[in-house]
Amino acid sequence: MSSGPTSDPGSNIRVDLLLIADMIDTGSRVLDVGCGNGALLHHLARTKNVDGRGIELSQAGVNACVAQGLSVVQGDADTDLVNYPTASFDYAVLSQTLQQVRRPGDVLAELLRIGRRAVISIPNFGHWSVRWQLAVTGRMPVTKALTQQWHDTPNSHFCTIKDFIELCAALSIRIERHISADRLGNRMNFVGDGPFANLLSEQGVFLLSRPGTG
Amino acid sequence: MNSTQRHEEVVTGPEERAGRTVVLGTETPLTLDSGTELGPFTIAYETYGQLNDEKSNVILVCHALTGDQFVTGINPVTGRDGWWPLMVGPGLPFDTDRYFVVCANVLGGCMGTTGPRSDDPKTGRPYGLSFPVITIKDMVRAQAMLLDHLGIDKIFCVSGGSMGGMQALQWTVTYPERVHAAIPIGSAAHHTAQNIALHEVGRLAIMGDTDWHGGDYLSHNAIPRAGLSVARMAAHISYLSEAAMHRKFGRQLQDRETLSYGFGADFQVESYLRHQGEVFVERFDANSYLYLTRAMDYFDLIAEYRGVLADAFQGSPTRFCIISFTGDWLFPTSENRTIVHALNAAAANVSFVEIESDKGHDAFLLDEPEMFETIRGFLRGAAEHWSGTTQ
Repeated sequence: MSSGPTSDPGSNIRVDLLLIADMIDTGSRVLDVGCGNGALLHHLARTKNVDGRGIELSQAGVNACVAQGLSVVQGDADTDLVNYPTASFDYAVLSQTLQQVRRPGDVLAELLRIGRRAVISIPNFGHWSVRWQLAVTGRMPVTKALTQQWHDTPNSHFCTIKDFIELCAALSIRIERHISADRLGNRMNFVGDGPFANLLSEQGVFLLSRPGTG
Repeated sequence: MNSTQRHEEVVTGPEERAGRTVVLGTETPLTLDSGTELGPFTIAYETYGQLNDEKSNVILVCHALTGDQFVTGINPVTGRDGWWPLMVGPGLPFDTDRYFVVCANVLGGCMGTTGPRSDDPKTGRPYGLSFPVITIKDMVRAQAMLLDHLGIDKIFCVSGGSMGGMQALQWTVTYPERVHAAIPIGSAAHHTAQNIALHEVGRLAIMGDTDWHGGDYLSHNAIPRAGLSVARMAAHISYLSEAAMHRKFGRQLQDRETLSYGFGADFQVESYLRHQGEVFVERFDANSYLYLTRAMDYFDLIAEYRGVLADAFQGSPTRFCIISFTGDWLFPTSENRTIVHALNAAAANVSFVEIESDKGHDAFLLDEPEMFETIRGFLRGAAEHWSGTTQ
């Protein structure tokens, strides 16, 4: 489910996953939705004593996870989250996957039902290079962060950082933290989480909760 | 074997079943789901590997419908390889250098455990149809009594495919505190209408054979060969897949160049099935087949928990690994996924892997490297969280 460069679990963990891991407390229960090859779960188990579970769409990813001893099931974020009980996890993680699900709003709501908090990372379609390409060439952008052609991409619901923040507001979701990052997941501290984030960050990482919880 | 013998023994006679047996339920009989009390009864079992001092390295293997306790090595009764030689052994996923693997012939079976072919101690004659109907839970209770006898409290892992998977699931429900990890493969939380229908064809083939004699064929020195053989043939088809059959046989003719314009075994697939039926009759008891298929038909964990399967697993301390195969139409992925969803709903610790294979239901018995990798990894993870006691 997750896109971007793959890595050996644990050893060369993707920087953007480290950014997510930073938001997760030691000893917590984590559901990683779209856990790929299990790199984040493996890292969290090793470094933060996390009790982790995963859902992954691709069978190859699931098999790789289970063969490492991770508790992962084959499943689809759009259809299978409904089976999990309310507040059964401290965190529900969705990394680089929200833009690939059929109903992002519903999935977001489900994540915050299952987890007391959610950690979401999304690619930013509002990045200046995307705007520039669309404006100048009149064609769907292909950038270093968004590498696939429109007809060949699993991404069906692109949004900008601004759009995502608005969706959270509409769903009464509280944004506890927002970190701007480049496409590799390196923090862009100079961008901050203000108005420039939508123009300059290539991805956003959000720690979310429901008001009155967490 | 004589089920009234009350001591552990090793039977090696050519006519009787070789291997280890123990007589259980001598003081307190086993109360079956049907309400009948059974005891004393014999359990025939085999073990592989060494039990460690803490008795914490036990893998309980549950066999499928026509399997038996001879998991690996040469089956002394059939003279053939055991049924799971790729799974159980030194260096294999169920590594006998590390684990102590136990497998018992199920209650109602015909490989030494008390079943309809055994003598009823009350009459001194074979039970036949007077043997009580057995359920999957009854089988599991009997296995628990065997483990008690062996002084084993907790199982590191219970596993099995098909009916063996049903038993593994039942173990986690009936004795959750005794099971650290469970690997039900190609199983289901209940038998579907299609499953029951196929079994009914087999049973009626047996019962329709005049040599069946109302189940009393042993007294008539007869065996319902034709019926049991047809039952096996029908079942065997359901264990394969269209793709596997086509690959193996296609429309190739058997020992002939042209069609015979008759009803002999023109096609290789016919010849193969007939052979399977004939071989099966030599090693399996017809009444046992009736009882064990019935046990599978009656299995319904969902109904037992009033339609909410998740309730079966509430608070379960067990780590689950559910495995299905894409080409299994008898116990399809959808049935296995139902178990996964229920486990998720119970917030249980579950892994679920669907293995790409077009070999049908029997895939769990075959060389499926991805299944082996999955199980190795799952057991590694389970071992990291195992101190010899369940949480």
